[in-house]
Amino acid sequence: MSLAKRIIPCLDVDNGRVVKGVKFVDIRDAGDPVEIARRYDREGADEITFLDITATHDNRDTIVHVVEQVASEVFIPLTVGGGIRTLDDIRRMLNAGADKVGINSAAVFNPDFVREAAERFGSQCIVVAIDAKKVSQNGEYDRWEIFTHGGRKTTGIDAIAWAKKMVDFGAGEILLTSMDRDGTREGFDLPLTRAISEAVTVPVIASGGVGCLDHLADGVIQGKADAVLAASIFHFAEFTINQAKQHMASRGIEVRL
Amino acid sequence: MSSVAVIDYGMGNLHSIVKALQHAAPEVDVICVSDAASILQADRVVFPGVGAIRDCMQALTESGLSRVIRQVALNKPLLGICLGMQALLTDSEENGGIKCLDIFPGHVKHFSDSLKNQEGETLKIPHMGWNQVHQTQKHPLWDNIQQDSRFYFVHSYYAQPDTSALIAATTQYPEAFACALAQDNVFAVQFHPEKSQAVGLQLLNNFLHWDGEV
Repeated sequence: MSLAKRIIPCLDVDNGRVVKGVKFVDIRDAGDPVEIARRYDREGADEITFLDITATHDNRDTIVHVVEQVASEVFIPLTVGGGIRTLDDIRRMLNAGADKVGINSAAVFNPDFVREAAERFGSQCIVVAIDAKKVSQNGEYDRWEIFTHGGRKTTGIDAIAWAKKMVDFGAGEILLTSMDRDGTREGFDLPLTRAISEAVTVPVIASGGVGCLDHLADGVIQGKADAVLAASIFHFAEFTINQAKQHMASRGIEVRL
Repeated sequence: MSSVAVIDYGMGNLHSIVKALQHAAPEVDVICVSDAASILQADRVVFPGVGAIRDCMQALTESGLSRVIRQVALNKPLLGICLGMQALLTDSEENGGIKCLDIFPGHVKHFSDSLKNQEGETLKIPHMGWNQVHQTQKHPLWDNIQQDSRFYFVHSYYAQPDTSALIAATTQYPEAFACALAQDNVFAVQFHPEKSQAVGLQLLNNFLHWDGEV
């Protein structure tokens, strides 16, 4: 009897529609976010994450409405990430019904923002999203750095040191995405996931690269992740959340069934 | 039409709890209020909370709501959730030690930093996610909820009541701690029923039909 490992479907939302790209290109429409969130809730999702990839500020209200609608009928934790830059952005999302917000680039540009956010709203709702990419060469010790702008810009910051710093600043959870694996369907970067999970005291969500159900289980067993996040394998109905949970259970992982 | 007041004392967002109560029992009038009169007039009261205990107790004292909650606790069905549960204990060790409402005699403690699971790995804090709730006494709020159902938790502190007679359920992380307390017309839970899908809505529905008798 213990805490269940979580399965978190992620919805990339662009202008009110769910989309999924491969390595940030080739964006495919996957449907209405409210409808999809409802389905995931019925199938037993442990949480739902919305990533607002809308580029323009004018369309920001769309995601607020999506969250409001989903929060009125889906009673599991909801996280919203993408474009969270100010305390006011956080307040708007929480008021719309989000339980947590994901902070990514804004944390890199101004780490104190994470501290202020945690002090104001509590660590329990501050998820720091880390996009990491391997920078070591073959034969060297594994080393990963933080990237911004969808994996295009390096910062020179070591991923493990950064994760620890963000926890010290008040992050209640880390959402870790491997930029090498995101959209590839080759599975999580397990050494990266394990290194971060073992380095921090807060829960770590593994993200980036899930192509089959074994990848989810590997993220927990080998990557030591507390939760696993995936998008496309669920959107296009390849697998249901329940199938994913049954599979994880069959590999000895405690899940909520 | 019966009514339930959700106490709004400025600590975070009450959208989820209000929506969940409306969903759990559409026939109940749900109001989100901060004034004593409305709270005292309602048939039932929900005392939610997230964040830090110092800010919570400060807000309750300054607004005079601590007195109102003590009064509600005397005779009306009252449901404390998360920080709203912790605030009902005698004191909390969070923020260097804070006096609380003392409705349940006992203390609020931090999970030890060196907790290990069975595999010898360090347990993560906050305790976040879906864990099993083991009912240790029969109570109307557990009606139609299976033994050991999973509810959603997110917290770093937990209640340790002075007497085990107050404990209504326990959860293991990795040792058993009190995740629900009950005494007469007061019930309190560490987990979030408003975020615990069907079982959470069932618990809220039970509360909204509870007459305060055990």
